[in-house]
Formats: sequence, C-alpha cells, structure tokens
Amino acid sequence: MEKPFAITLSVNSSLANHTGSWRVEKPEYVHRMPPCNNACPAGENIQNWLYIAEDGSYEAAWRALIAENPFPAIMGRVCYHPCQSVCNRAELDEAVGINSVERFLGDHAIEKGWKIPAPAIESGHKVLVIGAGPAGLSAAYHLRSMGHTVIVRDATHAPGGMMRYGIPKYRLPREVLDAEIDRIKDMGVIFEMNTRVDDVHEALNEGFSAVFLAIGAQLSKRAYIPASEAARILDAITVLHDVEDGNQPLLGRKVVVYGGGNTAMDVARTAKRLGAEEAIIVYRRTRDKAPANDEEITEALEEGILVKWLSTVKHAGENSLQIEKMALDADGFPQPTGEFETLEADSLILALGQEVDFSLLGNSADLDTKDGLMPVDSTMMTSHPGIFAGGDMIPADRTVTTGVGHGKKAARNIDAWLRKTSFEKIENKDIVTFDQLNTWYYTDAPHVVRERLEATRRAKDFSEVVKGLDESNALYEARRCMSCGNCFECDNCFGVCPDNAIIKLGPGKGFEINLDYCKGCGICVSECPSSSIVMVPDK
Amino acid sequence: MLRQVEGSKAVADTVAACRPQVICAYPISPQTHIVEGLSQLVKNGELQNCEFINVESEFAAMSVAIGASATGARTYTATASQGLLYMVEAVFNASGLGLPIVMTVANRAIGAPINIWNDHSDSMSQRDSGWIQIYAETNQEAADLHVQAFRIAEELSLPVMVCMDGFILTHAYERVDVAEQEQVDQFLPPYAPRQILDPSNPVSIGAMVGPEAFTEVKYMAHMKTLSALAVIPKVAKDFEIIFGRSSGGLIRRHKTLGAQTIVIALGSVLGTIKDVIDEMVAADIAIGVLGIIAFRPFPTTEVREALSQAKRVIVLEKAFQVGVGGIVIDNVREALRGTNTAAYTVIAGLGGRPITKQSLRSYFDKAVNDQVEELTFLDLDKDLADAELAREAGR
Amino acid sequence: MSTTPIKFYQVGSFAVGNRLLSADDRSIQSDPDRTNALTSGHRACQGCGEALGARYALDAAMRATNEKIIAVNATGCLEVFSTPYPESSWRIAWLHSLFGNAPAVATGVAAALKAQGKSDIRVIGQGGDGATVDIGFGALSGMFERNDDVLYICYDNEAYMNTGVQRSGATPPAARTATTQAVGENPGNVFGQGKNLPRIAMAHEIPYVATATVADLRDLEAKVTKAMSFRGARYIHVLVPCPLGWGSASCDTIKIARLATQSGLFPVFEAEHGEVVASTAIRHRVDVEEYLKLQVRYSHLFSPKRRDDVITHLQSIADKNIARYNLISDESASS
Ligand SMILES: Cc1cc2nc3c(=O)[nH]c(=O)nc-3n(C[C@H](O)[C@H](O)[C@H](O)COP(=O)(O)OP(=O)(O)OC[C@H]3O[C@@H](n4cnc5c(N)ncnc54)[C@H](O)[C@@H]3O)c2cc1C
Ligand SMILES: Cc1ncc(C[n+]2csc(CCOP(=O)(O)OP(=O)(O)O)c2C)c(N)n1
Ligand code: SF4
Ligand code: SF4
Ligand SMILES: [Mg+2]
Repeated sequence: MEKPFAITLSVNSSLANHTGSWRVEKPEYVHRMPPCNNACPAGENIQNWLYIAEDGSYEAAWRALIAENPFPAIMGRVCYHPCQSVCNRAELDEAVGINSVERFLGDHAIEKGWKIPAPAIESGHKVLVIGAGPAGLSAAYHLRSMGHTVIVRDATHAPGGMMRYGIPKYRLPREVLDAEIDRIKDMGVIFEMNTRVDDVHEALNEGFSAVFLAIGAQLSKRAYIPASEAARILDAITVLHDVEDGNQPLLGRKVVVYGGGNTAMDVARTAKRLGAEEAIIVYRRTRDKAPANDEEITEALEEGILVKWLSTVKHAGENSLQIEKMALDADGFPQPTGEFETLEADSLILALGQEVDFSLLGNSADLDTKDGLMPVDSTMMTSHPGIFAGGDMIPADRTVTTGVGHGKKAARNIDAWLRKTSFEKIENKDIVTFDQLNTWYYTDAPHVVRERLEATRRAKDFSEVVKGLDESNALYEARRCMSCGNCFECDNCFGVCPDNAIIKLGPGKGFEINLDYCKGCGICVSECPSSSIVMVPDK
Repeated sequence: MLRQVEGSKAVADTVAACRPQVICAYPISPQTHIVEGLSQLVKNGELQNCEFINVESEFAAMSVAIGASATGARTYTATASQGLLYMVEAVFNASGLGLPIVMTVANRAIGAPINIWNDHSDSMSQRDSGWIQIYAETNQEAADLHVQAFRIAEELSLPVMVCMDGFILTHAYERVDVAEQEQVDQFLPPYAPRQILDPSNPVSIGAMVGPEAFTEVKYMAHMKTLSALAVIPKVAKDFEIIFGRSSGGLIRRHKTLGAQTIVIALGSVLGTIKDVIDEMVAADIAIGVLGIIAFRPFPTTEVREALSQAKRVIVLEKAFQVGVGGIVIDNVREALRGTNTAAYTVIAGLGGRPITKQSLRSYFDKAVNDQVEELTFLDLDKDLADAELAREAGR
Repeated sequence: MSTTPIKFYQVGSFAVGNRLLSADDRSIQSDPDRTNALTSGHRACQGCGEALGARYALDAAMRATNEKIIAVNATGCLEVFSTPYPESSWRIAWLHSLFGNAPAVATGVAAALKAQGKSDIRVIGQGGDGATVDIGFGALSGMFERNDDVLYICYDNEAYMNTGVQRSGATPPAARTATTQAVGENPGNVFGQGKNLPRIAMAHEIPYVATATVADLRDLEAKVTKAMSFRGARYIHVLVPCPLGWGSASCDTIKIARLATQSGLFPVFEAEHGEVVASTAIRHRVDVEEYLKLQVRYSHLFSPKRRDDVITHLQSIADKNIARYNLISDESASS
C-alpha cells in the first residue's frame, strides 16, 4: 500500500520512541517480609508454601515447608501459630488459617508417604544430639540434610520429648508424631534411645565434632503447699509421662490441677479422659492473664473442666483442699483476700512449670548456666566451643515451634562451624504492613473454622479433638493468603501499565520492567495488591 | 441515451452509473433533486451494493464520505450554499487526507441574507480547500463531468467538486445524452484506492504533523493538484473516445481566434454570453469567449495562451471578494502577467439575478471601447444602493 | 470470558489475571500475547487513564472480532499522543479526521464495509468527552438514531485536556478547570449543567449502552465484548482519570477511578434498548470526600476554607446515583 507522506504512518512505529527517558523514578520488584514469616519461630516461609499450595502443588508446597521445619503435621496440631496473630488478612476479614493448611499438607504427606531423601554427599563429620524433643529432632534433621552423621541420644524409650510425654494424644495423635519422626530416621539419623547422657564431655571424647544439647525442661516446679500426709499430690509432667507409658496414674474421682498454663489444661483434660468425674483448675490470676493458650482454655471449658480463677491452694488434705480467694490490686497483681473455700479433691496435680535438669553437665565448669537456663550466643553456641544448645533449656519461649527453630538455627551454625566458616543469615526486616497492601483486589473470604469433635464425646476418650481440613477447604484457605510482599502473579502490574512497559515472563517467572518505555508513573506500584513493587529513584 | 430530463435527474442517473458504494447527503435546495434521485435508485434496487446514508448535517455528510472513502468505497455526496459552508472543516480534511470523494455543488448564494438562488459564492469560498473544482456549462456537461470527476479523483487521489448552477441547471429540463452503463464501466475502472483502512494491513491515517514536515506535505499537495492540469485533459480525451462527445477539459474557447476582447466566465452563464458574442461577432466586433471548466487547479498556462492575442479581457463572475473585487480575475491577471492586456471584472447574477443578453450586450459594447470601470456590478440599482448607504452613513 | 464473578477467593475477579485462573477466566489484558492495540512509545502523560482505557477497550474489541476492527478517532489527547508524525502507537487500522466528526466518519467506514460485503470487520468510533458530549454530539446522536453498526467509546476525563484543561459538558460541578476557575462565591464549574451522555444515548433506544472505568478492567472488557455481540449503534462511556487535568498523582489513576465508583459519583451500569439491565454494586462505599480530596481540581473545597455546602451538594449527587442505579445491593449492604 502506498502510504502518503507524513499523514499516514506505519503501525507500531512509536516503539522507536523510548519514553523511558521521561522517568525520574522506576519501579522495582522486591521480596518483602510477610509478617507471618517474620513471626514464625521456626522461620518458615509461610507465604511461599501457601503460594505453592494454592495451585494444588501440595508436594512442592510440603517440600518448601519442610525445608525449614520437618514437622508440618505436628505443627498443624500443636503450634500456637503466632503467624496467624500477625497475619495481615486479619485486618481485612480474618487471619489466614495457616496452621490448618500446614496440617493439611503434613497429613497429606503422611498419607502419600512422601519421603525426605538422604543426603547425597556425606560430610564425614559426626554430630551428637542430646535430647529427642523438637529442638533435637529439628537439629538432627537439618544436620543430616547437610550430610553429617547424626546420633541422637535420649533417656526415654521413644523420641519426641514433650511432644510425646507432655502433649496428650487427643491433641497430637502418636501415629502422626511417629510418622514425622520416622521420616527423619529414614534419612539415616541414628537414634540411641534409653540412653541418658550423664556427661557431655565424655561424649565429646567419643569423636563427635560437635554436640547439640536439647534436653528440655523435665523437672516439674514445686511449690510449698502445707499438706497432710494422706494428701495425694502429683506433678503434671509425671502424670502425663505415665499416661503415655501406659501407667494409669491413680487420680481419684475429683481432681484439682494447680496452675494456669497449657500443661494445666492438658493434665486436667487428661484427668477427665481417665475417668475423673470432676477436674478443677485452680489459678491465681484471671483468664486473660493465664499463660495457657486461649483456644486450649476454651476447649477445656467446653469439655466441662471447671476453673477457679483468682485462687490459690492454701492447704492440701486427704480428700479436700483449702483455697484462698485472691483479688487484683491496683497494679493488676493478685493479692490474698483472707477468704477461704474448701474443695473436694482426691488428688492435687501441680502444673506450675518446669525446670532444666542440668545433671548431665557432670562436673563441668566451662558450661555456664544462668537463672536455671543455659545462655547461648547468636550462633546457638554455649560457652563451650563446639557445644550448642536450644529448646526449652535456653532462655526463650517454650514451645515446640521455638524448639524447632532453635534446632534449625543451631544446625546451620554447627554446619558452618564444622566447615570453619560462619553462617550469615540475610535478615529481611522490611515487614509488610496492612496499609501497604492494596486490598481492593482481595475478595472477601472468611476463614474456614476447623471442625471439632463434639465436646461431650471428646472428654470420654483420647481421640483427636480438632479435625483437619479437607482438600477443598485447605485450598480455599491457602488462597486466602494475600501474599504479602511477594508477587503472586496476579498480572495487575502487567495489566495496569499505560505504557505496556511490563514484560510478563511466564508462569513462575514473574515480571520485568521494560525500562525503555516505563515513564515511572507508579500505577503498577499502587495497584500491586501485595506490595511487591516499590518505586526507587532512577538516574 | 438521449432523454429529456431534469438536470438533477441526469446527474443522479449518471452518478449511479458510476457505481458509487456510499452516498450520503443532507438536503438543501437546489441540490435536493439529485440526492432524492439517487436515494430512489438505491431504494428500488437499481443501484446495488450502495449504502445511502441520510445524515443529520452536511458536516456529517462529508464526514461519512471521509470514512467511507478511506475504507475503499467510491463515495459521493452533494450540497450547496449553507450546506457547503457547514461542512467546510471536513471539506478541507477530505482533501488533506487525499480522499477521492466526488461532490456536486449545486451553486447557490450564501446568506445572510438567506437566498436560495444561484451564484458562485459557495464553491468559490472553497477555492483554497484543496479540492479540484470543475464547472459545468450545460446539463450534458454536468452529467458528463461526474463520470470524469470519479476518474480524475481516483487517479490523483484527490477530491473533486463538480459545480453546476443551481436551478439554472439543476432544475432545467433539457435533452441530455445520459451515459450508458456499459460505456461508464468501460471508462471508469473500479476504484483502486491508494490506501485503505484494512485490519489485515493496518495503517494509521491522519497523523498530527508539526512544523518539521507540514510545509513539505502542503507543497506535495500543491504539486499533486497541479498535476491535474495534465490529467483533466487526458480524461476528457478518453471520454470523447468512449462516449463520442466532447465534454470537460480545462478550458473551452469560443471565437477567441483573432478576438481583441475575450470574455471569461464559468458555468451556465457561458451559454448566454456565447449568444451575445455570436451576435457581436456577426456585427464584426472582434470578441470571443473563454470558458473555464477547471478552476482548481487554475490552468494558468492554457489561459495565458488563449489570451495571448487579446487586447482586453472581461471576467464575468458570479461571486466576489467583498472589499476587494473579483475572484477569478486574480487568477486571470496571473495569466496575463508581463502583458499590457487590460482586464475588467463584471460581477453578475448574484443571488439569482437574471443575467440578460441585453445587459451583457450593453456592458460588452462599452467594454470593447474600454469605457467600463475596472469593477462593475451588472444591473446594479446604484441609486437605490447609494441612497441607502447615505441614509445609513447619516445615522 | 465469563462475566459472572469467579469463585476465587484470593483475588476474586478483580485483579487482572492470576495464575490460578484458567486462561479463559483471565482478563484479556493478562495475556502475555495480548494485542496491545495501543503500543508503547506513545506520548501520553505519566499515568494517563485515557491511554490505559483505550488499550483495554480496543484489545477487548480485537479479541471479540478476531482482530478485525477499524477505529476512528476524534481529535484530542488520545489522537495527539498516539500519532505525532513520524510515529504511530496504533497497531490497528485507524483514522483520525476531525474533532467533531468521529461518529459520522465511523458511520462512513461502516457503510463502506457493508457496501463491500465486509461486515465481519467492525467499526469503533472513539473520542474524549469533549469530542463526544459537545462538539461531536450531533454526529453521535445521528449515528445512534440511524442505528449504524458502530461501537462508540467515549474516554471521559471530564474536560478538554488536549487544549489545556478547559471545561466541557462533562466537567462535573465544582471542578476547577482553566475556564471554570476556583474563584468567587461558587468556585469551579457550576452546578446543574453538563450532559449525561449515557442517559442520552439510552434515550435513542440503541441496542447497548454501558458505563465503565479503568478501575474495573474485567467489567470494561466484558462490556466491550458484549457490545461486539450486538449489531447497530452501541455506546460505552469510560471514566479515565487524567493526572494532569485533575491534579492527581500519576500513580493514583486507577485508585481515583475506583473511588469515583465507590462513592457513587460515577455509576457503572448497562442498558439494552433504552432500559437499564444491570448495575455494578458498590463494594466498599466511601464518601465523596475520599474521592475529591485526591484531586487538586477540587482542592478549593478544602482550603483555605472548607466548603461543606459544596461537598454536601456533591454527596447528594452521588446519593442520587446510588438510588437511581441501585448501587447498594442487599448483598453488598450486608457485607
Ligand atoms: C503438657 C505440655 C503441653 C505442651 N503443649 C504445647 C503445645 O501445644 N504447643 C507447643 O508449641 N508447645 C507445647 N508445650 C511446650 C513444648 O512441648 C516444649 O517447649 C518443647 O517440647 C521443648 O522442646 P525441647 O526439644 O527443648 O525439649 P523436650 O521436648 O522437653 O525434649 C527434651 C528431650 O530430652 C531428653 N533428655 C533430657 N535430659 C536428657 C539427658 N540427660 N540425656 C538424654 N536425654 C535427655 C528428654 O527425655 C526429652 O525427650 C507443651 C509442654 C507441655 C509440658
Ligand atoms: C473544531 C475544533 N475545535 C476545537 C479544537 C481544539 N481542540 C482539540 S482537542 C480539544 C479538546 C479535546 O477534549 P476531549 O474531547 O475531552 O479529549 P481529551 O483531550 O480531553 O482526551 C479541543 C478543544 C479542534 N481541534 N477542532
Ligand atoms: S496474608 Fe498470607 S502472607 Fe500475609 S500475613 Fe497472612 S498468611 Fe502471611
Ligand atoms: S492531559 Fe490527561 S488525557 Fe491528556 S495525555 Fe495527559 S493524562 Fe492523558
Ligand atoms: Mg476530555
């Protein structure tokens, strides 16, 4: 076709005009820190594995998850999910049910029998892990993945630590626990059970290059309670341990539990399941001050557990207890009122917390302890070179997840130490806040509540109380994630650029800015739902 | 086929024989009969594959024509007077875009005061619009010029305005040899557009052009328009070969050989002038007539050549530049540059005032003796006008 | 492409694409091989809503017609920024004639296509609000009345932007423009004037009339797609914020369009043969103030003296739209 001069132009010829020169700022894709990831004590990349799970790639999601934490099925049951407490979605409707998706992935993996491969190359280093609780197991898992020979020694006859001997099975069925631990065994971690370590230094001489201490806090705290001879006083840890070992403790018809933590809830609920007609918790302070997880308190109350808030045990008799009512003072501390009450009680179970049993230190003086705990440096190393520690025995939150996180962190540092390098974690503290998201693009989608066993039924046996999500619910829940700070390929930037200056690289590859044409208007940044693009100065 | 028909009908039938694909028009006297005729032909199926669009204004008419032409359709419209002015913006646009639209202007005066009768103010106002303008002397020529207009337009990719005097031609019943379809088909090949809006080969038509290229664009338009001076006679010759009669061309001479005085005019008035001139020639007065058919582009060389022997030139015009004088005369003077030929303008027939043989004769008689002013308004009631001017001035 | 909202919880049907949706459920704009009817290198301002709206609409039209479209463009920003010699940003067959004649030129294109038996090629007329509601209004009405087979799209940025932000018949009351200055007792544009072209279009009882914004891409695409399923005259009125003329941040273009809809100031609806058949419910209702305060053209309503009277007046316009077009559905009210 003959094109008249100047008046008629060739199509697409403006591609020669590089409008990028107008720009003073340019957009840049970033990976920011979602609050959930930041809050996860095990350092999971939650947003990432949710993202992978969203399209039904469960195995890939599970593998991404276990790169940080080998226990999704356990986490999905016992983790107090601090991630959800900070989830940005909570400000839109409700937090994403991260924990339930995690459980789904964990259960799904067990069902499918997915395995973790043994390391391809053996490092030749031998590491001893003392204690098969979550901290020890996590360290063993990560160390083994890195190719080290790992031996785990534990005093009990089955691994799991408090996950087995503390947390009752109606919250954490043992098949689940066993399945996730077995996977670690299958990687070639050597378990030496019924092997109490009485001297760390001796162990070091056995040819281990490093040791990870994760002995937890096994000793129940005692409180002085005036008691008559006939009074039956037990401690919660022992009770739960006995139950696990099949040694039915004698508790009687009426059981009083003293304490306000999770252990108190668990032991009271266990007592009910063991046949106690009545289980009463006595706690000094109010419900909102109780250290127990609120969900657990609710579940306990649902099961018919009674709680005497603002009460202390004054005296324990044969079949009764005297308790004193407390009142909160101006500062919110409970103060005795001098008002007393008598409770019928066949037994009193103390659930007042645990202490670390340092007897394994032997006569070593070069392992420092402080306030009954063992301090570690930023690499998780104790005052003794090559000896690292984590879990309940070091100053930190006492949760399974924290222990898992310690195990991971310690493993990475042990590995570095063995290789005579140092492990540098790139800290991303660019945490995404709710107001940085463009939530218009997220459809309202309320949280799926996990089904629970009917309360009257569940107090009768040890079957699991909280049910998992089925696949469609899990998918729904995963898709509620807003992908804070990380591109989830919604194509918004690609669509909203008035200058077509965004290149779509294809599934999983994200996008790229075509700086030839980007004028720097910033619409892509404004309309990115997940705050994964930022404007930065250009030139 | 020789028929006794109204001029408008002859034009309508001829246009139809040119197989236009889009016709759009908005009614205005004295153009109405042409478009009514075409509408009828489309409606009754005689003219097929043609869309007749009843638009809401002349501006829309020309705009529709622009769209249609740019999409490769042979496109026709017609208007007059106020209608032509109403479409002006689009008139310029059509030529700027080089769209070979053919438009009949049924010449009519422009208001105010509103006046439906004939003169040339309308088409003359568009002399710089970039359109080719050809003026018909008779209904036969009016009809024939339309066939030629499509050829010229499409060959040059420029729009062509065929000007015919309103009422005098459009509404006159005369014997016209209306072009036969086979002959037209032989003469006028299907429209092969220079460029076309086509999704399978897209272009962007109608760019904004700045100072860096605007002069070149305009110069090229000028040169292209000038090239019509070669195309128009060629087309007229082809026409004569196929149709066996002579019509069109750039100029038409009548008794100019040896004439000392040559009268120049456009359109139907040439007939009356010829009658007068014939009488004068019979009385041994050396006078002739030069009809200008192609006014845009102006055939300066041909006119110069035709006037080369003359001592004086009279330009009879049906429009004028208020505050200046004649319009055509400017172009004629250009052709006379370097000679000392005298040139007089006579403005006649404004707003439909009859141009009588008598008035012409008396004016020519004076003019051949150089006894006329440079500018004369024929048959002006000067006393009345002067009295009114004096009255208004006195206020 | 489906028009029913997709049951997809994370980003619903609001985002441009999302990898989780099947290709059919994604917007046309999400397609890496989308046509880009208006390509890069055009000279629109940073963040121009009109450039965006035009690409959205025309890509959808291309998809709906198997890329067989011809567009006729009125004079205005869109024309000027897309085709300054020697470069064109279009990749479609495109014609610019004049400011006031795009609808008629489009009619001519459609007529030519029909006469040539090429009715598979579809015609789009397009222009700014000035071209549409003012100077080209007669031509548009004529095109509607004849029911010519043209989809006319108005990119409404509520003023004559190309000539430097003068008032048009679509400029909202109280808005400051270069010819409705923010001075005097009643600063900005007067109340009670202006044309509601979608309603005028409906009065012609043409097959299809719709409003849309650049803030709801899927809706816009669906409407263009639907419009292409009709023959005859169709009209889509797209709100396209203009950072330059409105005095808004270039990054806020879509946000402002969204607030226009969520405040009720710009009702989004569809009409067939003169009757409203659907409207888009407000999802998160906001006061008009939320919308106004992002734009310098309304800044005189907030300082130096706050003009609650004017803001209230504008709010009442929004409220009226909400009632008239049923913009608060029972569903959205309860959520
Ligand atoms: C009843 C109860 C319920 C709980 N519920 C939850 C819950 O729902 N969610 C949650 O996150 N946390 C819960 N916790 C806390 C959580 O279980 C602990 O914080 C966590 O298990 C600590 O892990 P760890 O690896 O440090 O120690 P542990 O789990 O205590 O494991 C330490 C292991 O070391 C072994 N060991 C100790 N000394 C030696 C030695 N000298 N030689 C060899 N082996 C030794 C022990 O046998 C034990 O197996 C609960 C705790 C209790 C008591
Ligand atoms: C007949 C005519 N009058 C005036 C102009 C000047 N003019 C060109 S574009 C324009 C304003 C365009 O406004 P609008 O149609 O709203 O488009 P925008 O530029 O705002 O997108 C004006 C007044 C013109 N080109 N033609
Ligand atoms: S929305 Fe997703 S990424 Fe954001 S905090 Fe919640 S779970 Fe994490
Ligand atoms: S003035 Fe407004 S409409 Fe025109 S290019 Fe700039 S932003 Fe777009
Ligand atoms: Mg505008």
